[in-house]
Amino acid sequence: MQLDDLNAIAEKEKAAAKKVCLRTCMSAGCMSSQADVINKNLDAEVKARGLEGEVEVRRVGCMGFCGQGPLVGVDHDDGRHELFEFVKPEDAPAIVNSLKGGPCDVQRGDPQHPFFAKQVKIVRANGGIIDPESIEDYIAAGGYQALHQVLTEMKPAEVIEEITKSGLRGRGGAGYPTGLKWGTVAKSPGGKKYVVCNGDEGDPGAFMDRSVLESDPHLVLEGMAIAAYAVGADQGFLYVRAEYPLAISRLQIAIKQAKQLGLLGGGIFETPFIFNVDIRIGAGAFVCGEETALMASVEGKRGTPRPRPPFPAESGLWGCPTLINNVETFANIAPIIGRGADWYASFGTEKSKGTKVFALTGKITNNGLIEVPMGIPLRQIVEEMGGGAPDGRKIKSVQTGGPSGGCIPADFLDTPVDYESLTKLGSIMGSGGMVVMDDTTNMVEIARFYMEFCMDESCGKCIPCRAGTVQMHHLLEKIAQRKATLRDLIKLEELCDMVKNTSLCGLGQTAPNPVLSTLKFFRKEYEDLLQPDQFGPPGNGQPNPQSAPK
Amino acid sequence: MQATNISTGQNRLRRALDHASGDKRFKILEVHMKKHQFRQDALIEVLHKAQELFGYLEDDLLLFVAHKLKLPPSRVYGVATFYHFFNLKPQGEHTCVVCLGTACYVKGADKVMNALQDRLKIRPGETTPDGKVSLLTARCIGACGIAPAVTYDGHVAPKQTAEAALEKINQWK
Amino acid sequence: MAAKTLTIDGKQISAEEGATILQAATEAGIAIPTLCHLEGVYDVGACRLCIVEVAGIPKLLPACTTRVVEGMDIKTDSERLRKYRRMILELLFAERNHVCAVCVSNGNCELQSLAYSNGMDHVRYEYNFPKWGVDTTHGLFGMDHNRCVLCGRCVRACWHIEGAGTKNVAGRGGKSRIITDLNMPWGEADSCTSCGKCVQSCPTGALFHKGSTVGEMERDRGKLEFIVTAREKKQWVAAD
Repeated sequence: MQLDDLNAIAEKEKAAAKKVCLRTCMSAGCMSSQADVINKNLDAEVKARGLEGEVEVRRVGCMGFCGQGPLVGVDHDDGRHELFEFVKPEDAPAIVNSLKGGPCDVQRGDPQHPFFAKQVKIVRANGGIIDPESIEDYIAAGGYQALHQVLTEMKPAEVIEEITKSGLRGRGGAGYPTGLKWGTVAKSPGGKKYVVCNGDEGDPGAFMDRSVLESDPHLVLEGMAIAAYAVGADQGFLYVRAEYPLAISRLQIAIKQAKQLGLLGGGIFETPFIFNVDIRIGAGAFVCGEETALMASVEGKRGTPRPRPPFPAESGLWGCPTLINNVETFANIAPIIGRGADWYASFGTEKSKGTKVFALTGKITNNGLIEVPMGIPLRQIVEEMGGGAPDGRKIKSVQTGGPSGGCIPADFLDTPVDYESLTKLGSIMGSGGMVVMDDTTNMVEIARFYMEFCMDESCGKCIPCRAGTVQMHHLLEKIAQRKATLRDLIKLEELCDMVKNTSLCGLGQTAPNPVLSTLKFFRKEYEDLLQPDQFGPPGNGQPNPQSAPK
Repeated sequence: MQATNISTGQNRLRRALDHASGDKRFKILEVHMKKHQFRQDALIEVLHKAQELFGYLEDDLLLFVAHKLKLPPSRVYGVATFYHFFNLKPQGEHTCVVCLGTACYVKGADKVMNALQDRLKIRPGETTPDGKVSLLTARCIGACGIAPAVTYDGHVAPKQTAEAALEKINQWK
Repeated sequence: MAAKTLTIDGKQISAEEGATILQAATEAGIAIPTLCHLEGVYDVGACRLCIVEVAGIPKLLPACTTRVVEGMDIKTDSERLRKYRRMILELLFAERNHVCAVCVSNGNCELQSLAYSNGMDHVRYEYNFPKWGVDTTHGLFGMDHNRCVLCGRCVRACWHIEGAGTKNVAGRGGKSRIITDLNMPWGEADSCTSCGKCVQSCPTGALFHKGSTVGEMERDRGKLEFIVTAREKKQWVAAD
């Protein structure tokens, strides 16, 4: 495979394009409502009317507007786009009929709606456009050009320099500068190095990575290959959670196709560069999103984390230097290389560059996936794009960062969404889950919900997380059941502080965040549930004076 | 004392291997292990395959895997029980997995769960005494856009209500 | 090996490159509380009792797995650390059923000594009172899961020193438990060599010699170091 071959594939694919294209979303969400049958019916209908010469029926990835699914998009030959929502299998004749101006009462979406209009698509540019099971589609959309450019025109150090310049930060949640991480792995001595893609999207309420893997698997593979070249690795692992069977099967297809075309394996683009990727399937453990736990799991062990340092960049899989990035981080790589670091850095804020994909869910009118420039005010996301809370209710808070994050109250909706601003409010960017809560939501209950999650997902290795989450959960239940006193609340706060500061890994260190942030902004809800203490007030804030030694 | 100990353990392994020799599924599993060159780090992939073939991971099966990958049984058992995805007990004829992720939760997944518990008279993680239905929970299946979601026999159903879930369950009875 | 100079609790000391903070402190006569640490097996940094404060680093670091760096300024004892350590111990006592008065290790128990030395005189958290079993199927030893603190020392001794891999951890979180082979009664565990290293390594009365009565059992930790030195360095020297 050389550049000419790549271009030939792209040209051939483009030449075969038909005047009109009917795109059916085949992501997990729409698939659950018979998107596959819809696609089949559309195909049959087009054939029945002898339109197969001018109308293409294409299976595509996620279009983002999951709450309105199943979705069917139409690209007309005059450049118009249409979007059909809540499509049912029996709607196929009407939709095909409408191509020729016939009547069709299937609900039409507005492509100019702020939900779409305010998006800037870099990671999700191909989502809902290309067939995720066709490498030719990806190549026609400019795929694998960046890999070619890197392998034939750039030195590894130049690639790292470009990524550093782009300002890209890890999209898994912590926001560590990607270029810096790559540089450390590249500099670490050692013959064997690994690249790992963290696709263990465990945060409840987050499905950005699932959608990227299902809609554009090659984008992730290309990003991994570029990373491998930059850091000097020849083997990659894609760790995907078992809950995402569709993503796994599309990745398997993608890897097979890339190997067949010589875009993975040995001698890629007739250079000495070798890169192989294996899929590792998770088995239902949230803690495996933590990088040291993930590595243990890739090695086939119990997914328990270990203390860092040493960081994976120095000593990772089987003791070798290992680069671990999240799915969305890798998905940003090819566009950055292709269009340049300066172009990428033109989006976002001073310290948070580029775009971020969010899963907008919960009590919100328009729910689905959005990709927006960093720094966009939260209000624009939830009110303009999301359309506010349904049923005329008021938004009470927005939860970001899942069990490691916090609840941002409605008063702070004007906060720009970037790493630093969210941290300042006691939440985190996290991987991009955004769960909207309306004024019927009980915040103590939400804190209890997250603590139960952390308690169940604690690996049990370190004591503060293993035993601390049990006690915190117990205290939260006691408060929720109106059986607790102020003494219990103080005990809870003390435990939050201890577990946060002493736990071994990120799971324990952030487990108290949902409690702390709801306490910070909704303390009254807790206090309203407290009972008078039969021993009188706890005094000077010291929980139990007699317990302090010395 | 020691003599009896050793023979108990060896008998157990021999029995497991005897058991394996008469069952085609063990052959398929072995081919899968061979594909991974019997690498010990492929343990989780092998357990996935084993569960796919057998439905759950019984002791003989785990012993067989340990023996073939040359791993101590304690390690195989430790891994199999660490990950929620693996079942060590047989599942019901039908499975009903209620997603309890945040998005589903704030949209009433707990109500769906309660309705199912009341109807089936079992708690999450249990199977009805007649072996018909297993009721399970998921931490988040990433179908938040269509919350609350319930997976019936592997098929995700969107926007579930207590009524819809009970109707589905009734079809199984 | 180059030496590193550092400060621990205001005291200037030097330590070998690659040494852990715990090793450096121990050598300088500064005691840091530990529980999951055991001489002779690798460290896992799990109990978090040995956490220390290092100037310039916002996070608390476990002394057993953190290596010394030139110029480090370490505090092993502060009001904050004492408070956290006490809380960790309280959590442990509330987690399972630690009843010293009826325990074989009463008076010879690391958990008990840690509680004394760290001033943990009572538990403010609600006891879980779990119902864990006792495995007495082995001819020589017994395991009382009620007294287990899940430090994993027995697991590491069995894997790292004996090499048998009989013991491991099953389950996760608060439901974690120590198992033998395929979760079978210890007496039926085929791989167990009955070497007793796990019993020597246990900090509490969870693993015991059969026949010991209340308060009777003492451990011989030196034996473990002796075997490790013998196996790794081919030097057969008894520990002092």
